[in-house]
Amino acid sequence: MNALISAKNISVIKSGKNILNDVSIDINKNDFTTIIGPNGAGKSMLLKCLMGFYKPNIGAIKTKPNLKFGYMPQNLDVIKTIPMKAKLFITIKKKFDKISLKKVISETQIENILDKQLSFLSGGEMQRVLLARSLLNNPELLILDEPAQNLDVSGQTLFYKLLQKIYSKRGLSILMVSHDLHLVMVSTKQVICLSNHICCCGKPKQITNDPKFLSMFGKDMAEVMAVYQHSNKENFENN
Amino acid sequence: MALISGLVGCFVVWRRLSYYGESIAHSSLLGAGIGILIGIGINFGVVFICLLFGILFLWLQQSKALSSDTLLGVLAHFALAVGIIVISFNKIKIDLHAFLFGDILTVSITDIWGMYIGVLIAITLILSNWSSLLLVTLDEDLAKSEGINPLYVNILLTTIMTIVVALSLQIIGLLLITAMLIIPAATARRLVNSPEGMVIVATLIGIFSVVFGIYLSVEMDLPSGPSIVVVSSILFFVSHMFGLIAKNE
Repeated sequence: MNALISAKNISVIKSGKNILNDVSIDINKNDFTTIIGPNGAGKSMLLKCLMGFYKPNIGAIKTKPNLKFGYMPQNLDVIKTIPMKAKLFITIKKKFDKISLKKVISETQIENILDKQLSFLSGGEMQRVLLARSLLNNPELLILDEPAQNLDVSGQTLFYKLLQKIYSKRGLSILMVSHDLHLVMVSTKQVICLSNHICCCGKPKQITNDPKFLSMFGKDMAEVMAVYQHSNKENFENN
Repeated sequence: MALISGLVGCFVVWRRLSYYGESIAHSSLLGAGIGILIGIGINFGVVFICLLFGILFLWLQQSKALSSDTLLGVLAHFALAVGIIVISFNKIKIDLHAFLFGDILTVSITDIWGMYIGVLIAITLILSNWSSLLLVTLDEDLAKSEGINPLYVNILLTTIMTIVVALSLQIIGLLLITAMLIIPAATARRLVNSPEGMVIVATLIGIFSVVFGIYLSVEMDLPSGPSIVVVSSILFFVSHMFGLIAKNE
C-alpha cells in the first residue's frame, strides 16, 4: 500500500442521517485532489474522518504510519480578547526548526505581518498565516477546508496561485474542499464530486462533461469552468 | 490565591466563561450544605459538588441542543435552589452572610494550607498544558490536528476553575468570585500584546487588588471581598481611561 491515506467504503450516520454513504478514496503521493459538492454533502465530515477526528460507523481508514499532515481550517474566529501576534500563533504547539520557520514565512509571504495582532489581520493575511501554520511541520499531505471561502475574487486567485506554487515546489500532496473549481482547475489533478456518496470523480475536464456533474451543478457552471480552464491555462503558461 | 486568579481569569475572559464561573459559585452553596449534612466539611463538599457540576455541564454540552448559557442558567439555579433548601434544614448552621460576601476572618490555618496546595496544583496544571490550552481556546479543530483532545483540555480547565472558585469562596464570597477572576484579566487586556504578558499583568493586578483590598478592609473595618473587588474595578476604569486617551492622541 503506497497511499498516504486510504478510505474503504466508509459510511457515517449521524442522528439517523446518512452523511457519508459508502465512500472510498485514496490519497497518493503528489496528488492534488479537490472535493466539490453542494452544502451538506458531507465534505467537511469526509475530511474529519480522513484526519482521524471522527470515526466512521462503517468502513476502514488506513493511514500511512507517522504520516505528517498539515490542516488549514476554513477560517479562524479570532477572539479579540486574546492578544496574540501572528508569529506566536503560527508556532503554538508545533514542532519545528528555525530553518523551516524561515522557509514557511517567505513561502507564504507573511514577513511583514508577523508582528501584527491576529485581530488586525485582513482576510487574505489571515489565510496566509493559517497556511503558514499548516506547513510548518513540513507535511507530506496538506488538507484544506474551503481555504478561500472568505476572500474576494482577486484574493482567491492570489491564494490559489500561492498554493499551486507551494504544491509544485514542495512536491507534497494536497486534499482540498473547494467551491472555486474554476480557479483551481489548472492545479487539480483529480476532482471528486461528493453528495453524501461519490457521484463522479476524475480529471477536471472529464468531470465537466459527466452527466452526473451536469445534473448537479447545471450546464452553465460546466461552461464557466471550461472557459476558465482555457484562459487560466494561458495565464499560467505566460507566468 | 491572587497568583492563580490572574492566570485562570485570562482563560475565563478568552473563552467567555464568566457565566460558567458564576454558575460554579452558585453550585458551591449546595456543596457547602451537603458537605455539612454528610459530615465531610464545607471545603470538600464544595470541591466535590462543583466538580460534579462541571462534569454534568460538559456532558450535557456535548449534545449541543441548547446553548451553553441556557444550560448553565438551568443547572446553576437548580443547584442554588437545592442548596438553599439543604441549608434550610435545622441541623445545618451556616453563616450565609459570610458565604455570600466573603469573610477573611473565617479562614483557618488549615484552610490556608489547603489554599497553598490547591494553588500549586492549579498553576502546575495550567503551565504544563499552556500551549494546548491556548490552541484549544483558539480553534478546536486546529488543536485536534495537532493530536490534542479538546475534551480532555476542557475537563482540565473546568477542574482548575472549580479548585479556584472553591478556594476563593471564603475570602471573596459567592457573589463576587467571578469579578475576582475577570476584572484583573480585563484590566490587563489593554496594556499588553501577548497572551503571556496578559497573564503576568493580570496576576500583578490581582495581587495588588487582594493585598490593598485586605489592607483597606482591616484598616477601615470593611468586608474583605467587596474591598478587593472595588480596588480591582478602580484599576480597570483607570486603565481603560488611559487606553481611551492614548487612542485619541
